[in-house]
Formats: sequence, C-alpha cells, structure tokens
Amino acid sequence: MLKIEGLNVFYGTIHALHDINFEVNEGEIVTLIGANGAGKTTTLHSISGLIEPKTGSISFMGSPITGVAANKIVKMGLCQVPEGRRIFANLSVLENLEMGAYTRNDKHNLKDDYEVVFTRFPRLKERIKQIAGTLSGGEQQMLAMGRALMSRPKLLLLDEPSMGLAPLLVKEIFSIIQDINKAGTTVLLVEQNANMALSIATRAYVLETGHIVLSGDAKELAASEEVRKAYLGG
Amino acid sequence: MNFMQEFGQQMVNGIALGSVYALIALGYTMVYGIVKLINFAHGDILMVGAFAGFFVLTANGQDPSKISNPLMLVLAFIIAMAVSALFGVIIEKTCYKPLRKAPKINLLITAIGVSIVLENGARVIPWIGPNPKQFPVLKDIPIIDGISQMIKAQTGVFISPVQILSFIIAILLMLMLFYIVNFTKTGKAMRAASYDMGAAQLMGINVDNIISVTFAIGAALAAAAGILFALNYPQVEPYMGIMPGLKAFVAAVLGGIGSIPGAMLGGFIMGIAETLTKGFISSKLADAVAFGILIIILVIKPSGILGKNTREKV
Repeated sequence: MLKIEGLNVFYGTIHALHDINFEVNEGEIVTLIGANGAGKTTTLHSISGLIEPKTGSISFMGSPITGVAANKIVKMGLCQVPEGRRIFANLSVLENLEMGAYTRNDKHNLKDDYEVVFTRFPRLKERIKQIAGTLSGGEQQMLAMGRALMSRPKLLLLDEPSMGLAPLLVKEIFSIIQDINKAGTTVLLVEQNANMALSIATRAYVLETGHIVLSGDAKELAASEEVRKAYLGG
Repeated sequence: MNFMQEFGQQMVNGIALGSVYALIALGYTMVYGIVKLINFAHGDILMVGAFAGFFVLTANGQDPSKISNPLMLVLAFIIAMAVSALFGVIIEKTCYKPLRKAPKINLLITAIGVSIVLENGARVIPWIGPNPKQFPVLKDIPIIDGISQMIKAQTGVFISPVQILSFIIAILLMLMLFYIVNFTKTGKAMRAASYDMGAAQLMGINVDNIISVTFAIGAALAAAAGILFALNYPQVEPYMGIMPGLKAFVAAVLGGIGSIPGAMLGGFIMGIAETLTKGFISSKLADAVAFGILIIILVIKPSGILGKNTREKV
C-alpha cells in the first residue's frame, strides 16, 4: 500500500534520513520505533508531503506521491495524526472535526462519519461545542485521531500518540488504534514507547540516526535480545 | 453648543473615522495572523481601491463633482473592492509567496518595496499622476440626507452623510467578515491555518488558497475604507494610503495583532483618540497622539488589548 525506496532527506547540510526502504501492506499495523532524533517524524513528514526528500521515491496505492502537495495526499486517503496532536486549539471540537473532513465533498456521508467518531470517542461528543484548547491531553489526542479519521483515510499515520499521556490512557489509545485497524484502516505507527507499539503491531522497523537497522515481525523483534537491550529497558 | 453636545459630536466623528481605521486594520491583522507578515503595502492597496472607485464615479456621463446616484456608489464599492482584491492576490502570489520559507525580515523588506512600487507606479501612470484629484462629494442622496437631518433635529449632533455611509458600510462588511470567518468552511480553515499551518496542511487544507483568500479579503476591506476616506477629504493622490495605513497598523497592534475583534476595537479607539485630540487639545497633536499610543502599548502590553501572549512552537 505504501512503499518507500531509497529515501534521503537533508535539513540543510544535515543528512537526516539515509536510504530508507520500507513498506506497509494493506490491513497491517506497522510500527517505526527508535529513540529521540532517529528520524521517525522526518519520515512521516516526508510521506505526508511536508518535507521534500532529496532522493528516493514514496508511492501510495501504486501512484508516486513524492513532490505531491500535502493537501492532495490527504485527498488520496493518507492522513496523519501529528506529533504533539496539534489540534486547532482556537477552534471548537466540532470545527476541528470539520477541518479533518476538509477534503471531503460527499456531504451525505459526513453525518455517519461524525457518528462513527463520536461512538469511538464519546468524550468528544460531550464536549462538541467546547474550544479544543481547553481539553485535557488525552481528550486532545482523541480529537486529533477523530479529526484524522474524518478524512476517511485508507492509511493512517500516527506520530507518538502516547506522548505525555498517563499509562492508563496510553492503553486506551492503543486499544482504539487496534479497533481502527480492525475496522479496515491500515496504520503506520511511530513510537518511542517501543513496548506498547510492538505489542499491537504486525511488523516493525527500527530506526537509528537516520538508518533502518532492524526490521521484521513485531513479536520476534520484541523478543530479540538486541531490541530488548536498546529499546525495551533490558 | 454645550459641552455634552460638543463631546457627543466629537465621539460621533471619532467612531466614524474609527470605523474606517477598523476596516483597514482588519487587513493587517488577518494577513499577520496567517503569514506573520506586517504587510506594509496594505495602505497602498487602499489607495488603489480609492482610485478604482474614483474612476467608476467620474466615468463618462457623470457629474465629476458629486455623487447623487446611489447605484453608482454601490458599483464603485464593488469594483474598487474587486480590483484591490485582485491586486492583493497578485502581490501575494508574485512577491510574498516565493519568500514563504525565507526569514521574516526578507518578507518585511519586500512589503516595503511593494509599497514604494505602488506609490510611485501610481505617480507615473498618466491617468493618475502625482497631483491630487478632486474626489466627487456625496450629495443629494435622499435616504442618507434624510437620516442625517433627522438625527440633527432629534439630538443636535450632526452626522454627515459620509459618516452615515461609513457606519453602514463598516458594519455591513464587518458582519460579512464575521460570518465568513466563523461559519464558512474557508473561514474555519483560515482560523485553523493561522493557528497551525503545518497541521492545516496535514488535514488536506490547501494553505496557498487560504492565504490568497485572506489577502483578497483584507485588500477588499481596505478598498472600501479607501473610498470612505476619499469621500471624507475629498481627494485622491498616490500617497494617500500612507497615513491611514500607518494609523490602522497602530490600531491593529493596539487591539492585538492577529485578533479580528482586536483590530475592530483598536480602530475605534484610534479614531476616537484622534478626534478627541483634535477637538479638545490641538489638531496639530493628532498624529503625535496616534503614534504615542503605539509606543505606550508596546511598553505596557506588546501583545495588545485582546491579543494573546503567543508562545513559540517547537
């Protein structure tokens, strides 16, 4: 579904991503784990079209999306929940969801999708008119996810959904990610919380200072000595 | 005339002038909100709008000294706003957009350059030229004259036809803006993009289009203000946008740059402060007071009355 080949990204003279290759198949949850500064967010920003890679190609559902404008990529069915949630704090909860549906023209289906989001995140429905900036961290994460779902993505990119959340909430968010996946959305999950990410993923890639150093089945990686030492706290 | 009447009269003058400043300040604040640029060419867009209105009102077959046909006035506003909006969008696309990723100071210097080009460009064009031109006077429009006389008879305060027109136009445009920003998809996208442009792109919002719409709306409001300004004076010339542009900029900063209600509030405060100074202290001090306000606000509350303390996003 998503295929990345020979991706090289530079920030000025800093070589941030070195020859990244990976793919995500339909129906999977694939996770990209790695420490701070490994290049996880850079990878997602390149996919979403916010950063232009120097070389390499990214294709989504068979068509190349390197150099395609970010808004067109969303329209193709690839949406990202960015790191730090980045909800529109000055807009209401409902308006945030409307912005998620910005690319949609099928008004008659929108109503159903609001319902889907509200059944998945009942807290959002209670706070529908509230200004998004006044939500708690967990609610903001839910809103960010609900907002992205409003675009009806075929592939959902999630950047650090556990960031800054209490352990109980992290669990809830991860079980929601599994539900979303079961409902038919492919997921690419970027996480520092490798334990949690590997527990729900089908496959995983390990990113280290801009290189993919390991890849394979999530269960196997979780069991491997190397990964345990480096990312799972022994 | 007793003091209260005099005071009431000056307040009316101030609010009328303030509504014009508010219209201009909205353009500054909206553009700043989305691209973080103080568009110093904004005052000159006002001049472009005023000239567009001038050409409509003095076109063949009309009395160039006065406006007595309300329909022509409406037409002048519509055409001026459209012309200015087009100018705004073209300037944004050709001058500012290529610099979107450059340091902000480059953008600011470019804006000053655009301002100089517009002013001197207008001086060179033969139909405009450097000399002031007489703008037609608002006269013999029965509805507006009627309202003016009625208020005079009732309260003793004289509200001139131009002032009445200023109120009507300003309130109408502000209501339209309020509706666009709060209730349309584009308006919501404008607010979203001004909060976080990257996140807006990730939601599929075409930020380039939103920026163009913002420039167009700001320029159209400036054009309406330009006609109102020209009706007041009544003349048009290439440098006419500088002073109202600067004062509206102060108004936008005073209200809190980036805040739409702030720009309206700032505009009215500036207008009232200016006329009260002229009426009760000295007309020579009016400009000093206007820019004195800028200094005071920058010292006491740089974020402005309704502005929020912005934090740097990481």
